[in-house]
Amino acid sequence: MSEEQIKNLEAQFEARIARDEKIEPKDWMPEKYRKTHIRQMSQHAHSEIVGMLPEGNWITRAPSLRRKVALLAKVQDEAGHGLYLYSACETLGISRDELYEQLHSGKAKYSSIFNYPTVTWADMGAVGWLVDGAAIINQVPLCNTSYGPYARAMVRVCKEESFHQRQGFEIMMKLANGTPEQKELAQDALNRWWWPSLMMLGPTDAESIHTEQSMKWKLKRKSNDDLRQQFIDQTVPQAELIGLTIPDPDLKWNDERQSYDFGAIDWDEFWQVVKGHGPMNKERMKARVGAWEEGEWVRDAAMAHAEKKQARKQKQAI
Amino acid sequence: MSDKKNWPLWEIFVRSKNGLEHRHFGSLHAADAEMALENARDVYTRRNEGVSIWVVESKNITASNPEHNGEMFEPAQDKVYRHPTFYDLPDEVKHM
Repeated sequence: MSEEQIKNLEAQFEARIARDEKIEPKDWMPEKYRKTHIRQMSQHAHSEIVGMLPEGNWITRAPSLRRKVALLAKVQDEAGHGLYLYSACETLGISRDELYEQLHSGKAKYSSIFNYPTVTWADMGAVGWLVDGAAIINQVPLCNTSYGPYARAMVRVCKEESFHQRQGFEIMMKLANGTPEQKELAQDALNRWWWPSLMMLGPTDAESIHTEQSMKWKLKRKSNDDLRQQFIDQTVPQAELIGLTIPDPDLKWNDERQSYDFGAIDWDEFWQVVKGHGPMNKERMKARVGAWEEGEWVRDAAMAHAEKKQARKQKQAI
Repeated sequence: MSDKKNWPLWEIFVRSKNGLEHRHFGSLHAADAEMALENARDVYTRRNEGVSIWVVESKNITASNPEHNGEMFEPAQDKVYRHPTFYDLPDEVKHM
């Protein structure tokens, strides 16, 4: 194809997206669109998969059967969300094995929030309430993104996600209304998860390298800073309702903006964690790669069994 | 990566309730059809989304090419006489 033809196709492509038309797997698309989507969708899928680890940590120690079935269902949902997203990503012509390889080698990223440890039961509450809360704010606009398979996967994810946040808030509420020790656990979890949750919505707009292109392709509908403000504005009253204190001395209602002003975020910490120096980066990758490698014989055995069964069936047919 | 075989990809179709058609829900990897059905139940019907599941190995699906959409679908565009609104009838004609 000549350069001019490609330019022409690109212009038509951008016009389709501007008209709110969806792009489907076999449609022509600019190479950059394909690559950006593989990057974002796989990063999203990896986050769901690695995101199972901090919570999986507490399944066996959940304080009641009610909490245990809920947590188990939530972690199972995350596996499901990872699978929806991986298969949507595969429609762009990358194999599942390549995707896993990128995660395991560290070439692909996942959400930095999962590199923090879950040290008490209250962390299950904070993760559901804050981390899933921030994730929902990020994900809802993606239900309308331009790439069809991604948008469809996100509709399913968002439908399922709201239970996650509610179960987390319920845990926090129960602890906050419990004994002084329990309330202390809840406050401690909020103290540790608040800032990482704000960082989870991404670097400030000035530093976000992908924002402009992503807005055009509807991979993004609101900027990181707008999403962060939305998250803060909706979460602060929820904390007040259960008598917990947001760990930010500069947090203050701004009557003029009808929004909360908040303190400075420690972006050095964010970049340290992104670069692999968070408290749990090594541990998470070790668990993930270990699960993949130790499961290899099971995958091979299943494949061998399937082939044997198939061969037997063919023999019987003769 | 070794040359051993990976689990193939399957397309999953779910009937959400009797009276409705099976609809494409997504895809997943499984060693064989039976496992694809079991995995589809766990991945796509955790909340009563279905009463029946079809699985088809993705490689068995033949799809039309969007680049040929013109010759494929455009001929139908100028055949307005296939639609009831093409025919002019007086308002007095009822039930038609």
